[in-house]
Amino acid sequence: MQSRRPFLFQLTGIAASLMLGALTLPAHAEDTIKVGILHSLSGTMAISETALKETALMTIDDINKHGGVMGRKLEPVVVDPASDWPLFATKARELIAQDKVAVVFGCWTSVSRKSVLPVFKELNSLLFYPVQYEGEELEKNVFYTGAAPNQQAIPAVEYLMSKEGGAARRWVLLGTDYVYPRTTNKILRAFLKSKGVADEDIMEEYTPFGHSDYQTIIAKIKKFASEGKKTAVVSTINGDSNVPFYKELGNAGIKATDVPVVAFSVGEEELRGVDTKPLVGQLAAWNYFESVKNPTNAAFIKMYKGWAKEHKLPNFETAVTNDPMEATYIGIHMWKQAVEKARSTDTDKVIAAMGGQSFTAPSGFKIEMDARNHHLHKPVMIGEVRADGQFNVVWKTKAPVRAQPWSPFIAGNDKKKDEPDGK
Amino acid sequence: MMRTLFALLLLSCLSSAHAALDPAALQALAGDDLDARNAAVVALALSADPQARVVLLALRDDALYTADGRVLVIDGEHLSDAASGASVAPAPDSPEPLTVNNLLRGQVGKALALGDLHSAEVRVRRAAAHELADAPPPAFAAIMHAVALAETDAETAALLRNAAAQAKLSSNDAAQRLAAVQELASSGDPAVAPLLRPFAEASDADPALRSAARAALAAINDRLYWGELLDRVFTGVSLGSILLLGALGLAITYGVMGVINMAHGEFLMIGAYSAYVTQGLFQRHWPAAQAWYLAAALPVSFLAAALVGVLLERLVIRHLYGRPLETLLASWGLSLILIQAARVLFGPQNVQVDNPGWMSGSLVLTPSLVLPWNRMLIIAFAIAVLVLTWALMQRTRLGLYVRAVTQNRPMAACVGVHTQRIDSLAFGLGAGIAGLGGVALSQISNVGPQMGQGYIVDAFMVVVLGGVGQLAGAVWAALGLGVAAKFLEGWTGAVIAKILVLVFVIVFIQKRPQGLFAQRGRHVEA
Repeated sequence: MQSRRPFLFQLTGIAASLMLGALTLPAHAEDTIKVGILHSLSGTMAISETALKETALMTIDDINKHGGVMGRKLEPVVVDPASDWPLFATKARELIAQDKVAVVFGCWTSVSRKSVLPVFKELNSLLFYPVQYEGEELEKNVFYTGAAPNQQAIPAVEYLMSKEGGAARRWVLLGTDYVYPRTTNKILRAFLKSKGVADEDIMEEYTPFGHSDYQTIIAKIKKFASEGKKTAVVSTINGDSNVPFYKELGNAGIKATDVPVVAFSVGEEELRGVDTKPLVGQLAAWNYFESVKNPTNAAFIKMYKGWAKEHKLPNFETAVTNDPMEATYIGIHMWKQAVEKARSTDTDKVIAAMGGQSFTAPSGFKIEMDARNHHLHKPVMIGEVRADGQFNVVWKTKAPVRAQPWSPFIAGNDKKKDEPDGK
Repeated sequence: MMRTLFALLLLSCLSSAHAALDPAALQALAGDDLDARNAAVVALALSADPQARVVLLALRDDALYTADGRVLVIDGEHLSDAASGASVAPAPDSPEPLTVNNLLRGQVGKALALGDLHSAEVRVRRAAAHELADAPPPAFAAIMHAVALAETDAETAALLRNAAAQAKLSSNDAAQRLAAVQELASSGDPAVAPLLRPFAEASDADPALRSAARAALAAINDRLYWGELLDRVFTGVSLGSILLLGALGLAITYGVMGVINMAHGEFLMIGAYSAYVTQGLFQRHWPAAQAWYLAAALPVSFLAAALVGVLLERLVIRHLYGRPLETLLASWGLSLILIQAARVLFGPQNVQVDNPGWMSGSLVLTPSLVLPWNRMLIIAFAIAVLVLTWALMQRTRLGLYVRAVTQNRPMAACVGVHTQRIDSLAFGLGAGIAGLGGVALSQISNVGPQMGQGYIVDAFMVVVLGGVGQLAGAVWAALGLGVAAKFLEGWTGAVIAKILVLVFVIVFIQKRPQGLFAQRGRHVEA
């Protein structure tokens, strides 16, 4: 069923571009820079990724209103890879080879990023990846504007271990069954062991994508929590499964004061579909929350709410901003700065110009792109869910933290280079 | 009355009454030191000043702020000083909210519950006792013990005695500790076990205490074991009821009529989207009756799905009777068309169908056996749909005709049954029942264009396993698969459990192609 769609898309795409090309191509090619947006707009990941597409369009629109990049307007090309991992690669190739985009902003799940990597390497193009991930990767063609494990997962677990966080001593590592949760949990397990947590005090559970019946897992968590010391849950559940998970959690009467759940892929956007009153106090670790108070953030929120209203997005009255949206926003702006510094959109020149770029981000910090490792220096924040679906920041770092894509908690990583090959 | 007097007396003994709260104590609350903040909350709980409760409530509702070295309560537009309760005007420039983390929130909840213990309403007192049941601050022990003695409600008293015992576990007096451990043996709360374990395992503890702790742990674990087993059966039945709702319509179209309908999942989707549309209508036109939109969604979704079903049958399926392969392909095409139609009409993203208040929350039988209302209502709903379907098939003229046409089409036609119309009606009935299932699904899972795809395999599995042509078979198959899947899941995890269930069904069908219940008698069109 899926295999047939790209073909149809291509057919219509070709037909449309032929028609358009005949009319407008000569004029367009001169004065615009094409940028690709590669986010799932349907399927299980649409709940999270649609907002990123909107953020990218909004940022591009904003840049265009302020004169574009080097006097040229940006022209977004949006495709829908439909939460279908191989389709991500097809669509990426289409964007680079056919539409000739200068850069692509996209992907959420690590499995989709892994799927497009070979395409970006082969065609030597540029991907900005805006979501926290498991690390263990450093590619010349990718800039990672989300958090590496030491900028999200490890501080979150450290917080829950501390006295303020409830001094948790037993851990449930719960995730969707794919590369990000598996690798993150591997790192966390090694980290917990280094802190003296025994194997029998760690429970790992995985569910398929789109899983919707969390009764058994919640019963298991309850049982595990009753068998020993203070228990906390680390959730790497991704996509729309989070809605039934949190609904079930609320119905089962597990309160954050008993068993706190810290999530790495749940933010303001995912909680829009959930009644958050029973979830008050559950945690999320990110590098940005909408509730952060500073002028840059106020302007960012205002811009997005205005955009949502103007474009009549579904439920625009309750539009929210979140961390990957902020990371998308930072990524596009930094790319613009790098292009202006390099005076070219050529991949290698832009890569060379990216290192050391800085940008005042909505998180309230001056965020810097590392000179070597293609990751941002980001502040870490831990928030607790409020009754209105927003987060109270209960802990944050004083300054941005440098990313460690190669986690020291995985054996052999100490020998790896902190710089992509071929750079 | 006596109780309230007694409590008031006790409270006034414990703390000297202030005219206003001590601003220094409030500053501690606004500080960074967690221990000091906790102590401040406990002090507020023990204070006799009514303003203390105002501050605690404000703390719980994130309404407490600091500005210019003062602690303020901000209630909408109204600002008041937390210590005295006096109004503050003009408003200071930028009040900073006091952050409350989980630990402090738990403490605040318990502090408020301590006040609620003196409520005149049993319900409030019971809820307060539940709140205090898990690791209350030791400073509350004396009050809880005193209240428990005067408490008339048995459940509340038992909970409080337990809670007081927990607080006494950290006491320095060995006799008090022993009494506390013995008291806790009667607890059914899983949270108590971790508290007792150190006593049971400690090698240097007093032997009497250790054996008491061991006995208490054994008693608690025994109670938990049964709670857990029952819980697992319940979740299994709950999954079974969902499988049944998905499969019941198919049991009619495929089981009875023999149509392999790959678009069956899309009837579920139509039902779920009907619930969404009904919800929207209620929001716009009758917001007062919002909580009851689900009741209205039932007939709407039944009719919508049935209408689409009849249309499909008239336009496509009826031309393909007796040709299973063509029906399969055609209905698969229809399924794609319906999915795309939903995408065009409602957008590719999931839509939000809210749980009404009466579908949220759960019934707490024991602390380890908690049954969510939505699951229970869906089980009841599945039973109701099953009974109605059975009655329709067995007790009405339409059911009689359907069965007659299934068993011997030419003969039924000979005695004057309008077989074509019966086909349409039966197909519509199957689709309508799937629509009802869709409403139930909208309450527990995501509603999106592709939601039906996730249920079609399960639905076929249930019907084939149960035996084609049988409603009873579908019921047993759904329950069996549900309970088996849940027990396996508890054991192997969700991913492996899914695989094991599929393997089991394949092996079962190999060995017994006719399913659990074979239809006896003559098969004219088999």
